[in-house]
Amino acid sequence: MWDFPLLPEAASSTAAEVDALFWLLIGVAAFFGGIITAGLVYFNIRYRKNSKASRAGAVSEHLPLELLWSIVPLVISAGIFGWGAKLYFDMHVPPEHAREVYVVAKQWMWKIQHPQGNREINELHVPVGVPIKLVMTSQDVIHSFFVPAFRVKQDVLPGRYTTTWFEATKPGEYHLFCAEYCGTSHASMKGRVVVMKQEEFERWLAGSRLAEPMTASGDQLFRQFGCVTCHSQTSQERGPSLHGLFGSTVRLADGSTVTADERYIRESILNPGGALVAGYKPLMPTYAQQMSQEQLFQIIEYIKSLGGPQIAGERKNP
Amino acid sequence: MKTVNEDALQKNYITAAYGIRSWLLTRDHKRIALLYLISITLFFFVGGFFAVLMRLELMTPQGDLVSAETYNRLFTMHGIAMIFFFLVPSIPAVLGNFLLPMMLGARDLAFPRLNLLSWYLYMVGGAYTLYAMVTGGIDTGWTFYTPYSTGYSTTNVVPVVVGIFILGFSSILTGLNFIVTTHKMRAPGLTWFRLPLFVWSQYATSVIILLATPVLAITLALLGVERIFQVGIFDPALGGDPILFQHMFWFYSHPAVYIMVLPSMGVVSELVTCFARRRIFGYKFMAAAVMAIAVLGFLVWGHHMFVSGQSVYAGMAFSALSFFVAIPSAVKVFNWTATLHKGRIEFRTPVLYAFGFIGLFTIGGLTGLFLATLAVNVHLTDTYFVVAHFHYIMVGGAVMGYLGGIHYWWPKMTGRMYHEGWAKFSALILFVGFNLTFFPQFILGYLGMPRRYYIYPEEFQVLNVLSTAGASILGLGYIIPMIYLLWSLRKPRTAGPNPWNATGLEWLTPSPPPTHNFDKTPIVTEGPYAYEEKSANGE
Amino acid sequence: MANSSSRLAHQFDDLLQQQEASNLGMWAFLATEVLFFGGMFAAYAVYRSLYYEAFVAGSQHMDVLLGAVNTAVLLLSSLTVALGVHAVQRGDNATLTRYLLMTIALGSVFLVIKGFEYSHKYAEGLIPGIRFTLEGPNHVELYFILYFVMTGFHALHMMVGIGIMTAMIIMTRRGRFSPEYYNPIEVSGLYWHFVDIVWIFLYPFFYLIRVHP
Repeated sequence: MWDFPLLPEAASSTAAEVDALFWLLIGVAAFFGGIITAGLVYFNIRYRKNSKASRAGAVSEHLPLELLWSIVPLVISAGIFGWGAKLYFDMHVPPEHAREVYVVAKQWMWKIQHPQGNREINELHVPVGVPIKLVMTSQDVIHSFFVPAFRVKQDVLPGRYTTTWFEATKPGEYHLFCAEYCGTSHASMKGRVVVMKQEEFERWLAGSRLAEPMTASGDQLFRQFGCVTCHSQTSQERGPSLHGLFGSTVRLADGSTVTADERYIRESILNPGGALVAGYKPLMPTYAQQMSQEQLFQIIEYIKSLGGPQIAGERKNP
Repeated sequence: MKTVNEDALQKNYITAAYGIRSWLLTRDHKRIALLYLISITLFFFVGGFFAVLMRLELMTPQGDLVSAETYNRLFTMHGIAMIFFFLVPSIPAVLGNFLLPMMLGARDLAFPRLNLLSWYLYMVGGAYTLYAMVTGGIDTGWTFYTPYSTGYSTTNVVPVVVGIFILGFSSILTGLNFIVTTHKMRAPGLTWFRLPLFVWSQYATSVIILLATPVLAITLALLGVERIFQVGIFDPALGGDPILFQHMFWFYSHPAVYIMVLPSMGVVSELVTCFARRRIFGYKFMAAAVMAIAVLGFLVWGHHMFVSGQSVYAGMAFSALSFFVAIPSAVKVFNWTATLHKGRIEFRTPVLYAFGFIGLFTIGGLTGLFLATLAVNVHLTDTYFVVAHFHYIMVGGAVMGYLGGIHYWWPKMTGRMYHEGWAKFSALILFVGFNLTFFPQFILGYLGMPRRYYIYPEEFQVLNVLSTAGASILGLGYIIPMIYLLWSLRKPRTAGPNPWNATGLEWLTPSPPPTHNFDKTPIVTEGPYAYEEKSANGE
Repeated sequence: MANSSSRLAHQFDDLLQQQEASNLGMWAFLATEVLFFGGMFAAYAVYRSLYYEAFVAGSQHMDVLLGAVNTAVLLLSSLTVALGVHAVQRGDNATLTRYLLMTIALGSVFLVIKGFEYSHKYAEGLIPGIRFTLEGPNHVELYFILYFVMTGFHALHMMVGIGIMTAMIIMTRRGRFSPEYYNPIEVSGLYWHFVDIVWIFLYPFFYLIRVHP
């Protein structure tokens, strides 16, 4: 019964640094807590009512002391803030070559799609030593993707995409929790992250693939919903070609520019009038009622497969 | 001392009139304080009852005592009862109401009728909320996050929101009354820098109440509109922005933390000086720190949202400001400790609570630094670490200060002394029980146990059992004072006007004071806490 | 002077202190009101910057003329309140009563016009959650939600104001006010001016968006 952990497992590339910062904070807390406790205990004993200790020269104002215990905590705080902010920034920006996984949360489960076509529920299989970028959205209320062993947490919101990333460093199974209260079975909205060695993971990918790759499903949806009639490479009168779109900079009708990332593509499909590309008429209807979150991810994956801005230089900029 | 007998003969505010009408229609700030004392104690035990059920459920990893639906209602209603109906009004509405006019040398608050109205609004809001709790309850969490609260929860969201909306006006009226009274009704000679720190803390609290509560009111009103008419203000499915709700909610609810804890800081300043027989160390820094906390407290709400999807740069700004707000709190803790230096410390019950406050608030404040640190916050937010942290501030801090204040001014309010032995024993029990309940939760949080879970992985059980065991001790620590304080009412009124030999205008009046407080308006000629002078005079 | 001292509540030392206290009380209350409306204006600012097109489209459905008339009505009512305070300072309670009545009348005119606007909106199907049939850009509904919530809360404040002014008339007719004691009139006037000022912001924010494309 006494065999229980006091420290969480550290199984991601950032976990060690978060822990180091945590222990620094423990040190700072122990230092200041120690000073206060020592002061309270010492003064209480030495200056108890009937003690004979001298009370001569008691002061109630001491500017240097006040400044000392204002400025020292301030300086220490500034240092902790800087480290925390830098690490936070790193935890927000995924490495370029990260492997992407798509997550849809709903009451009360995690639905996961791998670009290769594998789908999982409440389980996420990832290879060790590879950065994984999660693109997440919710179908209903706010959830939060939380893997304690990775020190990773990100709210998952309806109506928009949020992203986070991690790189697992140790094979094993880890808790996946929903950390934002989401209704009745919130406490049951948990699963596991399975970290596997690279070759095992490849075997798993090949063995558990039930659907075609997301690009293929996306390609099919692209034709099924009729996107192809306006957004093909050949007919560009009504809508821009999507080749080389992903990651490029798009100029909009109102003169502003925007980077074509997952959020932009999602917004363009659901609310086409809101981000009209310069030089085109607002002809496109909304697909908000017709596509599921999973299908949206498949189309985005397909559009990504059409290439990035490297070849954008070849097409004429509108 | 002949005065004691004379006091007993003189009419005081309790014996001034009899009958239920004389209480329900009273405009005497002292009677209204007692009305509040009774009402908030009721809500404290309602909220405590919910907490007991939660802790019992969490003894095992499975859901064996209550269902998920019930558990979600329990933590929601625990939060609502404790925060809105106990902690926010606790010190201002009870001790502040009773003492502020007396500390200023005034006969009453500036607007006695508004004061009574504020109690009635509290009761109407409270009754409405209780009714909503009894007839189905509410399961959104006290934070009411959209779109769950507006589109998905099937519980009594609107009635509870209406109850809190009404309650908000009760807070506002109290705050308004305190501000005007402090500005306009100070006794001759009582300049701003002669005010007791309790008054400063009430003033700072009132400013926060006045400026933050209306934002909560409008946020909840918008939430109600969205839920009733199913239109999209915050629900993304209907075109709204759920993050905007969080911004507006925390714009009130972060300052609300300071509404709860600043008054306790004021109480602790009174207790430490009185029982160390010392002037407060760094008076001006202490007063400035309270005001600085009140102002900075308005600028840090975004630190509740570091993983919500708000921009990285917003996160950095809110993090930096959160470290800033820690500085004045640190200054206060250092100054209380320094006040003990070369004092003559007498270990009476109130000061034990004050020491308890300093210790627990220090832990709560220091763990606040963990949560202000961005990268660490990502791991800790929405876990039991947060639960432990804010209970250290609100229970370890605010409630300890409240109980310390009740024990300090009880003789003034009732004219009676309680049994000192029992009181010291229960202060000790509270301190031990509190730490046993909440310290394990820091570890649970770091291990990754999310909050608002009624079932949990087995490896978390030992710490949860410890916490529940602590809660049973803590519960005892709250029941014992109820008993001996009520018991003391059976004794004769022999406490005398100033049983602690304290400074402060409130101790110049008989205990209990007469309705008009002072026969003659006192004239103030010195700063607060002139204990050294008192000792020199052999008092 | 016996008349004045009976106006002095027991907790105050003199009338001046009492007057200063109630003035400060009203200013503090108005600070609360600023934050109350401020919450809504914040929501407005966020959504207007996010969905500017929708807000322009929504504002096309506003009757600028009626809004302008209402603005004029309210400005006029602020003038009558100020004149009323001036009258009571001179001890001219009959004139005070007249001005208060005019204030109430103007406030009522405002509410009637507002009522007409609301009923037009209902007829056109522009009330979200009750009857909304507008086919416009996404989020145009948000514009109307904010319009109804904000002007609704403003109208509620107008009604409270009319109630207060009615109480002031009754107190005036009972001879409660004199050049020495007219504080309730003064603080009621402060409240009335505040409610007017809120409208001064609401009018351009909702009616005049399209003027600045």
